[in-house]
Amino acid sequence: MAHDLGFWTLQALNALQLSMLLFLLSIGLTVIFGLMHFVNLAHGSLYALGAYFAASLAAIGGYWMGFFLAPVAVAGVGILLYSGLIKRMRKSGPMAQVLVTFGLIFALLDLTRIFWGDLALAIEVPALLDGRTAILGIEYPTYRIFIIALGLFIFGALAFVLGRTQIGAMIRAGVDNDAMAACLGINVERLFFIVFCVGCALAGLAGVVAAPLLSVTPDMGLQILIPTLIVIVIGGLGSLKGAVTGSLIYGFVQTFGAVLAPQLASVLIYALLAAVLVIKPVGLFPAKG
Amino acid sequence: MLELNAVESGYGETQVLHGLTLEAQTGRVLAILGRNGAGKSTTLKTIMGLLPLKSGQIAFDGKPIAGRPFDIAKSGIAYVPETRDIFPSLTVRENLEIAAKRFGSNGADWTMERVVDLFPRLGERMDNGGTQLSGGEQQMLAIARALLMNPRLLILDEPTEGLAPIIVKLIHDKLQELKEAGLSMILVEQNFGFATSLADDVVVVGKGQIVWTGSSDDIRADDTVQHTWLGV
Ligand SMILES: Nc1ncnc2c1ncn2[C@@H]1O[C@H](COP(=O)(O)OP(=O)(O)OP(=O)(O)O)[C@@H](O)[C@H]1O
Ligand SMILES: [Mg+2]
Repeated sequence: MAHDLGFWTLQALNALQLSMLLFLLSIGLTVIFGLMHFVNLAHGSLYALGAYFAASLAAIGGYWMGFFLAPVAVAGVGILLYSGLIKRMRKSGPMAQVLVTFGLIFALLDLTRIFWGDLALAIEVPALLDGRTAILGIEYPTYRIFIIALGLFIFGALAFVLGRTQIGAMIRAGVDNDAMAACLGINVERLFFIVFCVGCALAGLAGVVAAPLLSVTPDMGLQILIPTLIVIVIGGLGSLKGAVTGSLIYGFVQTFGAVLAPQLASVLIYALLAAVLVIKPVGLFPAKG
Repeated sequence: MLELNAVESGYGETQVLHGLTLEAQTGRVLAILGRNGAGKSTTLKTIMGLLPLKSGQIAFDGKPIAGRPFDIAKSGIAYVPETRDIFPSLTVRENLEIAAKRFGSNGADWTMERVVDLFPRLGERMDNGGTQLSGGEQQMLAIARALLMNPRLLILDEPTEGLAPIIVKLIHDKLQELKEAGLSMILVEQNFGFATSLADDVVVVGKGQIVWTGSSDDIRADDTVQHTWLGV
């Protein structure tokens, strides 16, 4: 097990990159849940859709066309889901929501099969981000650095909007107490809709940036769902801080677990999840104290 | 100004209000009194649209008020709930701004400076988290936040509950100031002396209905109603 410093730097960057991807997914899911107590298990499917849209758009106009348009398209799908299904399910309790959105996963899975087929699609890293860049004394794939930077940028932007702007204060107020927020004249329903769309777009964006790293397959949404749920349960529901902490914990435990204790890697994160649930059942940084 | 006519409402299957009728008049303070569990808070929550109106009508300035809390708030009714409901994730300043920036446009009466003049304690705690405040400060914040909505009608649910006598006195004086400035209010209270000294009109709720109506002077003189419905 004698590895040099460069090896550990590499692993840390890999962990960070995985964390940022999970962060893009979990932030939408956790804020949607915190704001409206709505469980959307189909959030992962939006990630898969983002990857597929990106693949199709990349074939037409290159990677950057997919990068900018696929999240918008995914938000569009989110709007359809919202007005067709979710709006009606808002008051129907978690059990019904879990069942319906779980069913939605399979409906969306089959739809992607029908449109794009069963074969994995590949999408090229854009020329601008191809190759490697020297960082912290190692040569690291530029594209992965781009994902890390993008995740940090989105984190910074969300921290600014949530923490420093009026709409952010309204969202936090809505997460704290939606009834009281409504009594202050805040249209909580519309706020939820906006947050929902942004959450969907970010899930789509995660799919877009993940696409060149993995192969794009119909079940990629299902595969990412469990890690995303673990992230928000560890981090605590409804908070930005929780989503970013949960993502970092997952990313690092998963990556370093695989290196240090390959036999244990797959159970390690579940053990950690169990430990968090025993010590702090509400997660590390829940929006509601 | 606000009229409730034969209002029925409650929590799910449990009906609490059984045909409640009352009227609050412009520029006056109406106290709603009654024992624990009589349905006072339920009445206020129904006015705010937090509980569904099962039957009956509620009219504000002669117009029926729409069901959603945010429409009702926008029509000019501000609510200070029993639990105060300060947002814990927001600072004191943000708790206030959230109301001020939405309702404080062109020439509105209440501004951040004015509520801080009214409650100087809040000025010292602007950057504290909403829940780092004492009970009295939370009550001041809840009232200040409601005022920043520049309401035509202010509804308060037990503003003195659990507060030290000196703070009760302070809240009393501030509400008296607001009354003298002409603000219409509905005040739910367990503190008989506090309520009757502020209110012009009084109604007593018992088992989800109005069982007595009169003025503050009337009820202070009426031992029977105090004994039967309030247990004073
Ligand atoms: N969330 C709830 N779910 C079901 N029943 C409730 C709920 N809140 C109150 N009740 C019931 O409704 C009735 C009226 O309650 P309400 O809170 O309106 O009383 P109140 O007059 O405000 O009393 P208090 O002076 O104690 O605040 C009570 O019998 C109470 O048990
Ligand atoms: Mg009450």
